[in-house]
Amino acid sequence: MAHDHDHDHGHDYGHDHDHGSELSEMQLRVRALETVLAEKGYIDPAALDAIVEAYETKVGPHTGARVVAKAWSDPAFKRALLEDGSKAVASFGLLNRVGDHLIAVENTPKQHNMIVCTLCSCYPWEVLGLPPVWYKSAPYRSRAVNDPRGVLADFGVKLPSETQIRVWDSTAETRFIVLPMRPAGTEGWSEEKLATLVTRDSMIGTGLAKNPKEAA
Amino acid sequence: MDGIHDMGGMHGFGKVEPEKDEPVFHAPWEGRTLALNRAMGYTGVWTIDQTRAGIEALPPQVYLSSSYYRKWELRLENMIVALGLAGADELKAGHALRPGKTLKRKLNAADVANTLSRGSFARPAQTPARFKPGDRVRTKNIHPATHTRLPRYARDKVGVVEAIRGSHVYPDTVAIGEGENPQWLYTVLFDGRELWGDATDPTLKVSIEAFEPYLVAA
Repeated sequence: MAHDHDHDHGHDYGHDHDHGSELSEMQLRVRALETVLAEKGYIDPAALDAIVEAYETKVGPHTGARVVAKAWSDPAFKRALLEDGSKAVASFGLLNRVGDHLIAVENTPKQHNMIVCTLCSCYPWEVLGLPPVWYKSAPYRSRAVNDPRGVLADFGVKLPSETQIRVWDSTAETRFIVLPMRPAGTEGWSEEKLATLVTRDSMIGTGLAKNPKEAA
Repeated sequence: MDGIHDMGGMHGFGKVEPEKDEPVFHAPWEGRTLALNRAMGYTGVWTIDQTRAGIEALPPQVYLSSSYYRKWELRLENMIVALGLAGADELKAGHALRPGKTLKRKLNAADVANTLSRGSFARPAQTPARFKPGDRVRTKNIHPATHTRLPRYARDKVGVVEAIRGSHVYPDTVAIGEGENPQWLYTVLFDGRELWGDATDPTLKVSIEAFEPYLVAA
């Protein structure tokens, strides 16, 4: 059967280990699976190549960073983004098409937003790419909803104790992106330059945008 | 189902450990696994909620001890065998031993660019929305053994409807082959103390995306 590898070799804690034997086991398993599915006529290996290439080279947080930089620079775009994220991002023209129900949530001095998917790994792939391992991990998924300040500390972020923390659990097909606060000292910066301050984590809510000194 | 996947609020998993300069994939098989799942999903043999249920069906000890893409790979093998798309003997042999079934469609390299956007899960409403923003609602105390998107930590809790997100495919029925059965979807906001008790950080608020059948008026 599929899951006959019990991992009862002394370290069965909840960590995503990828030791050598599992790697080779997985390489063999995936190769067998791909071969069978291709021979059955269900999949085209060339399509798999194209999917992997797209996620390695085209889709990623640089798209979200451009969206945030535009929202910082253009008040009308920011309003549109907060009103209907999918429509606003589509109008920006960075993507061929944007899936429905992308929701942008704005950080302010009063409220900090953080995104999680406690049940699986829902994440706004189109604007942020594939989620990092930590986003899909048990520590993040378990703690984000009851100890977000502790999670922020793991990322080296400390917010004022009076700041409201709002956690969005992505339990349906809506997808969330955080619009971080624009750093001080960036007046007059171009969108391209502003985009260099926008980190992936700042759009998940586990980080803040870089300040101009950090970026330099 | 009340499975190990439903992790919100659990203790003991330790610190979050971000990886500096994390690669998109940590090994080539991870990318192949993602792509295989995507290409098989494209054929229309299952829905996204059926695939989520497939992950949730992994034994808890396997779930916890497997990396993310290992779970995807095991799920894919299980679903392919369960639907008779290939036999366990073929996966073991590493080659097809019998002809394949005829599927609705097949993903070609030229069409991949169009599959990078998410599909839409919005569907025409069957009824008018029962709740509106500002309404107080209580989530139901339900424990279905099958797929649901109402997390355990947010059951039997009082919150406020913050937004109506439209009418969507209902995961709880589509995952068990009982149809899309569209339902209204709401953002429901809870005070942290309602979820976790009085000792909780008073600045915490948590929202879930809740389908109408999960809610009653409060």
